Amino acid sequence: MAMQLRCNVLEMIGVGKAGHWGGSSSLAEAMAVLYFHAMKVDKSNPKNPERDRLLLSKGHAALIQYAALCEVGYFPRAELLKVKSLGGLLQGHPDLSVPGIEAVTGSLGQGLSLGVGMALALRLDKKPSRVYVIMGDGEQSEGQLWEAAMAASNFKVDNLTAFLDWNKIQATGRTEDVFKISDLDKKWSAFGWEVITVDGHDVEKIIAAIDHAKTVKGKPTLVILDTIKGKCVSFAEDTPAYHNGTFDDAKYAQAMKELVAQKEMI
Amino acid sequence: MEKKSLRMAYGEALVEEGKTNNDIVVLEADLGKSTMSCLFKDVYPERHFEMGIAEQNMASTAAGLALAGKIPFYSTFAVFAVGRAYDQIRCGIAIPKANVRICGSSCGLSDFGDGKTHQSIEEANIMCTIPGMTVLNPIDAVETRKMVKAMVKHQGPVYIRINRNDLPVFTPTEGEFEIGKMYRIVEGSDVVIFATGAMVWKSVDAAALLKAEGISAEVINVSSLKPLKKSEILKYTAGKKAIVTVDESTKIGGLGSAIASLIIGEVNLPFEQIGIDDHFGESAHSYDELLVKYGLTEKEIANAVRKALGK
Repeated sequence: MAMQLRCNVLEMIGVGKAGHWGGSSSLAEAMAVLYFHAMKVDKSNPKNPERDRLLLSKGHAALIQYAALCEVGYFPRAELLKVKSLGGLLQGHPDLSVPGIEAVTGSLGQGLSLGVGMALALRLDKKPSRVYVIMGDGEQSEGQLWEAAMAASNFKVDNLTAFLDWNKIQATGRTEDVFKISDLDKKWSAFGWEVITVDGHDVEKIIAAIDHAKTVKGKPTLVILDTIKGKCVSFAEDTPAYHNGTFDDAKYAQAMKELVAQKEMI
Repeated sequence: MEKKSLRMAYGEALVEEGKTNNDIVVLEADLGKSTMSCLFKDVYPERHFEMGIAEQNMASTAAGLALAGKIPFYSTFAVFAVGRAYDQIRCGIAIPKANVRICGSSCGLSDFGDGKTHQSIEEANIMCTIPGMTVLNPIDAVETRKMVKAMVKHQGPVYIRINRNDLPVFTPTEGEFEIGKMYRIVEGSDVVIFATGAMVWKSVDAAALLKAEGISAEVINVSSLKPLKKSEILKYTAGKKAIVTVDESTKIGGLGSAIASLIIGEVNLPFEQIGIDDHFGESAHSYDELLVKYGLTEKEIANAVRKALGK
């Protein structure tokens, strides 16, 4: 499924248009695990009150979430190709108009707070549903995110699991060059969170981390996904230019060929 | 005239509404004892969240609560409620049309002692520019109570601003508050004064001064700063010889310009705008001292009326 999601993302970006390939591709395995294994998802009703919620705080990676929501069956494939077009369903960043999207994100640093609010509401309603929030590593410099980290810990929010897509590249370069934030795992631990670091492209490890998070009581859990930005397209892997890059005809053809080959190998 | 606390009315209204509506939740940022939302905590501790001094997180958390079906009220000083959390309001609350209720307490110049950092003379204007936002500015404790009830029922985000000081009560206890409606406080025939918040009280006093001179001034309470309905404005400009607007915010994007922009080219009457010029406030020992310094008094309103009428 993760490879299928990557193919969808590449199709959405197409030729000659800028698109967030890098930070979408790094999340393919996590997104596949969440929507097709870990989360309670109602294929016939995206608003089912018993569902789990997924918020993409790094909203610029919306393409990978759209890819998954389309595979769930919330909208036809034709919409994928109309992404970001005037009058189209799929906005440049997550919007409530899209079935399966839970909140408006894209202005970085806000998703975890939104998730804390949802988790508190579910707890008040005594619902067993869980909230999942995916953050970026460049996003870790947003101050509000640490306000939310303290709040989640203060309120002992244990029905929320956050992910940190640790792909080591942000919009204008490598995170360690742009704005170095050391010891992310220790920082989150110090803020009162259970912290697990896993290979973000290893499906089994992601599943195990999510299962573990469900057993942690009295505090929230952070899963740091050690990922490669642009994963599965050789020339775009670990390359800042593909944070929001453009594929020409030849690059697009090569990328799709590589993705299809890897998909068939599975 | 008897003065009452709008802050107390706000806190009591939250408690009262919370009795019959379990979805109401209250968030605050270490200022609940000033905004009086702390009253809710005493009665419904499980639905009350002290968020610490972190307004951005408070705004987005409220959005999350609303998106999951709750009716959150978050309260702090107006400068922080809006200024500190503008982008959180814009993206997390206004774009998804979330049912968050934002309370900006100690609005305008009403926090006289704390000075320019805490006096909020532009936040209502900013909130009016956000698409789909409703902006309410009560004149007294009774109207505050009625507004909270209307806010609970409303679909979409609402911002209410609350004066720190006790104000005279003009609103009758009977009847419900209707968002977008203007309320006539004094009937008159020569000139219409559109005022909002504490400036309604000053305008009522101005109307009394003018009456002694034989000028009949009508005073309209514009407590819904948004939606601001043209039909409501035209109802009260009809038959008048001049228009005066009075608010306690910066004139740039304030009540005067909002009304003018709706009727320009259609109502050709002399028009005077009273508000705050392009500057911040300052500390003073009383609210009145500041109102006098910035020309927000019955005397200045009466002068504006005379000028508009060519007298």
